[in-house]
Amino acid sequence: MLALAAALLASPAFAAAITVQKPWVRWLPAGLPAAGYATLVNGSDTPVSLVGARSPDYGSVMIHRSLDRGGMERMVMVNAIPVPPHSRAALAPGGYHLMLMQPRHAIRPGMRVSVRFEFSDGSTIDVAMPVRPANASG
Amino acid sequence: MKRAVLLTMLAVLFVLGGCSAPQHRWKLTDVRGHLPDLAFTLTDDTGRVVDAHAFRGKLVLLYFGYTHCPDVCPLTLTHLHVLMQRLGPLADRTRVLFVSVDPARDTPALLHAYVNAFDPHITGLTGTPAQIEALAKRYRVAYNRGPTLPGGGYEVAHSAGIYIFDDRGRARLLATDADPISAIAHDVRVLLGAAP
Repeated sequence: MLALAAALLASPAFAAAITVQKPWVRWLPAGLPAAGYATLVNGSDTPVSLVGARSPDYGSVMIHRSLDRGGMERMVMVNAIPVPPHSRAALAPGGYHLMLMQPRHAIRPGMRVSVRFEFSDGSTIDVAMPVRPANASG
Repeated sequence: MKRAVLLTMLAVLFVLGGCSAPQHRWKLTDVRGHLPDLAFTLTDDTGRVVDAHAFRGKLVLLYFGYTHCPDVCPLTLTHLHVLMQRLGPLADRTRVLFVSVDPARDTPALLHAYVNAFDPHITGLTGTPAQIEALAKRYRVAYNRGPTLPGGGYEVAHSAGIYIFDDRGRARLLATDADPISAIAHDVRVLLGAAP
């Protein structure tokens, strides 16, 4: 009951079209850029895109996509990740990911970092992303 | 001449009899005879200058990458970590060599922290741009630095292959990110003379 009340208090003025599921960050040592992953689920009838992300724990967050072109691995910056109506989009190793740079304090596996996901409909979702070891499989 | 005829006949007999020399059905790409033996002079992640002979006696998995690579390189190194776990005691007869294509940023100390975050069977290698280019060219590995990003960073596009050498330093197999870990484990076990 308390949990339900807390959830109601925390919800935005309008129901967010998107939910962010299975978030995690792959830890890397020495303050190296780290990748953040999650599944974006659009439960609404309209397309919504992830258009930005920011974090109080990092100086800079960008949306990137890894591409394999003819055996060459490269990364490109993307402006938006579309999530079609009643569909999902994965930020997953080897594809879309958040590039978390310039950590503002020492980050270690087992911690959670806070990331605000910003969507094309103007909604934002604050997500506590668990930090997993470098060699975590997911 | 007589000897050649005899050998030919023997070969025909073997083929007809279905008892040709044991041919392992490799799950990865067989590159034997198509790529040169492992050779390089680089600096390892403890700051020591090493050449390929330091790794003779071990099966070597050679992969190119860089530490400011948060997505694909960790994915491959995690796959190689899982491979080492699956190999069990055989892992000690193998070595993963992670060669930096970004020597400007990848100091031995940074490489040391990076590779050891994945698995103790990985050695990080860096060197002068010329040393790294020599090794990359030897295996036709391409890499190039991308434009400077906001914040001053940059990415380095690079070939994603994993080159596998036997314990005598001979190039034997080529794996890619798309190959399942089970396929790599199978072929590594066969190369080490263990049951697949």
